[in-house]
Amino acid sequence: MGLLDHHKKIETHATLLLVLSFLVVTIGGIVQIVPLFYLDNTIEKVEGMRPYAPLELAGREIYVREGCYTCHSQMIRPMRDEVERYGHYSLAAESMYDHPFQWGSKRTGPDLARLGGRYSDDWHVQHMMDPRAVVPESIMPSYGFMMNRVLTREDAEHVRDIMSVYRLLGHPYTDEMMENAVSDFFAQVDEFGDPVADRYPGAQQRNFDGQPELTEMDAIIAYMQMLGTLVDFDTFVPDPSR
Amino acid sequence: MWDYIKLAVLGLVVVVAAIAASLARDLPYLVHMLVIMLASAITFFWIIRRVGEPALVENPNEYMDGPIRFGVIATAFWGVVGFLVGVVIAFQLAWPELNFQWAEGYLNFGRLRPLHTSAVIFAFGGNALIASAFYVVQRTSAARLWGGGLSWFVFWGYQVFIVMAATGYVLGSTQGNEYAEPEWLTDLWLTIVWVAFLLVFMGTIIKRREPHIYVANWFYMAFIVTVAMLHIVNNLAIPVSAFGSRSVPVWSGVQSAMIQWWYGHNAVGFFLTAGFLGMMYYFIPKQAERPVYSYKLSIMHFWALIFLYIWAGPHHLHYTALPDWAQTLGMTFSIMLWMPSWGGMINGLMTLSGAWDKLRTDPIIRMMVVAVGFYGMATFEGPMMSIKAVNSLSHYTDWTIGHVHSGALGWNGMITFGMLYYLVPRLWQRERLYSLRLVSWHFWLATIGIVLYAASMWVTGIMEGLMWREVDAQGFLVNSFADTVAAKFPMYVVRGLGGTLFLLGAIIMCYNLWKTVTSTAERSPARAAGAVPAE
Repeated sequence: MGLLDHHKKIETHATLLLVLSFLVVTIGGIVQIVPLFYLDNTIEKVEGMRPYAPLELAGREIYVREGCYTCHSQMIRPMRDEVERYGHYSLAAESMYDHPFQWGSKRTGPDLARLGGRYSDDWHVQHMMDPRAVVPESIMPSYGFMMNRVLTREDAEHVRDIMSVYRLLGHPYTDEMMENAVSDFFAQVDEFGDPVADRYPGAQQRNFDGQPELTEMDAIIAYMQMLGTLVDFDTFVPDPSR
Repeated sequence: MWDYIKLAVLGLVVVVAAIAASLARDLPYLVHMLVIMLASAITFFWIIRRVGEPALVENPNEYMDGPIRFGVIATAFWGVVGFLVGVVIAFQLAWPELNFQWAEGYLNFGRLRPLHTSAVIFAFGGNALIASAFYVVQRTSAARLWGGGLSWFVFWGYQVFIVMAATGYVLGSTQGNEYAEPEWLTDLWLTIVWVAFLLVFMGTIIKRREPHIYVANWFYMAFIVTVAMLHIVNNLAIPVSAFGSRSVPVWSGVQSAMIQWWYGHNAVGFFLTAGFLGMMYYFIPKQAERPVYSYKLSIMHFWALIFLYIWAGPHHLHYTALPDWAQTLGMTFSIMLWMPSWGGMINGLMTLSGAWDKLRTDPIIRMMVVAVGFYGMATFEGPMMSIKAVNSLSHYTDWTIGHVHSGALGWNGMITFGMLYYLVPRLWQRERLYSLRLVSWHFWLATIGIVLYAASMWVTGIMEGLMWREVDAQGFLVNSFADTVAAKFPMYVVRGLGGTLFLLGAIIMCYNLWKTVTSTAERSPARAAGAVPAE
């Protein structure tokens, strides 16, 4: 084993050992990660994807904060049972505005990638208040406190600040969207308010939790009701070589 | 002079943290600033009380064991905390009522789960790694830790990181990346501490008196530098406000998925494997009083392991929206990874050649050997689960949880326990451990606990995977999702019991180690006579 005898040079030289180990561990990451940023077919071209509306984004913030991803995936795999149970398999384009992705790794509860429109707002309120009232087998914790947490102008401004960071990272939030972020935040729970869908096509606008105040429950339901509803699958053509 | 600079910096940190706390936009940020303020203020007073006293003379011929002693205590403490939270959330999954209504916004499963994973990986595992790295690098380099008080900074700085991460989780501060949940402020702090750790470690190796760098140190070195790279790249984020805890990670969608699992899998590969292999390469030969089995094998499996591990991330993303080429690469390299992993296992086990009889008499070596056995089992199961066909069944199920725990409890837990039993009598100059009988009790409780855990998760994992995909003759799905949840209940109770046994073993260990320090005879001074104590 003549080659291994040369290892003496490396193992008697601390800096050399450090530099070589570092070079060796960078290779895999470079090969797997860098192409994802320039290969054209990494993210499919689809109709309908748009950045989150302010209230939906507030709901997503709550989803992340409560660690929903520890039990729920948002990634439908293209197997028969999953497509049957949850709907069309998930596309990379559908999470392009997610910082970070929320695909999850565990299904202690069901996949939520296409939760939007499956259940009524009332069902969601009941389910969040007491999951076992609507699904007796459920082991989900209850999140009734969201009914009592009123969202204020300060929260709306916080969401607007998050949107401006998203914009900095290249997401297509327009000047108009930014200017109206705070008013859109409140308008989305008012059926007769300024239509949010003008700026965010497909945004659903109504009082989600049935209470006069705008609460965290409104935000999380607004988020859940739009999950997986944006892409127009009539115009989607899968790329066979992806 | 140096003391005055330190005092000025600490005073400035206290003031800045106080101002930032008063401007805080959210509760986690306020709490974190108070933690920073308090930690700096305590250090400030600790230093100011010593200003003007004659400086302690460091004996360069003596090892620096202070931070290691503290590290050993922290490892045992955070271990028990982490296992306890694990037992709580295991039972939350069996009985959801344990998500108490009065603590709904703080102690629900979704917030405690990151607390559990971080407590066991980063607090228990991290302290074990830092303490053992400091111990091993001094003994194998015949040199005192480099950097004077810097190793103390690494120890205490790391505890501050743990407290910030833990309070953040309970208060809902998370960036939503598994195993990388802490927000930007905590991440920045960890980066500083980690660079200090690398400096102390490299500094000690550079001033070593042995010509060769011992194999354990190759693994520690690769672990420290790789974790630095992973941590920085995966946590790149833009804070929403300088006075708020929230930040937006720069990566999104499919790229963030790839980078997250490049990080996540190598938190396993480098934090929980390479670093712990460093432990194995020192403590097993020491405890068995045998040399490492094969030098050539250790060279080959070291380079192969660190090269291949980095590629394995995409096996967490099989059949997802990640492009196929990346999935296939991930699977291929994961399977190849089986070989260097078993290279390490063989090198560890065969070190016992000629000393196998010690398995009967020495419960510590038994623990270490079982640890290596679980390492071998988990590193066979992992490549198998990374095969796409197997993964289509196992992904998203409890099987993954069982796999992780046979590695974490079996390999990381057991080797750490062995290390603690080895270190405590030596660090506190005791003749022997308080009780080998209690070590045996610990061994069996832990082993039975792991078997219950892994077996119950295999059953639920494969069962739910099969139930999800079951279709009847007409092609309809047979089971609703709720059916599969209900079917798992008995196994969730068994899993909780397994965890309880493991926790019980750790508590027995703490008692045993405590009694070792407080009520066994001191080691006869003959051995220590060579060096003059510096204190």
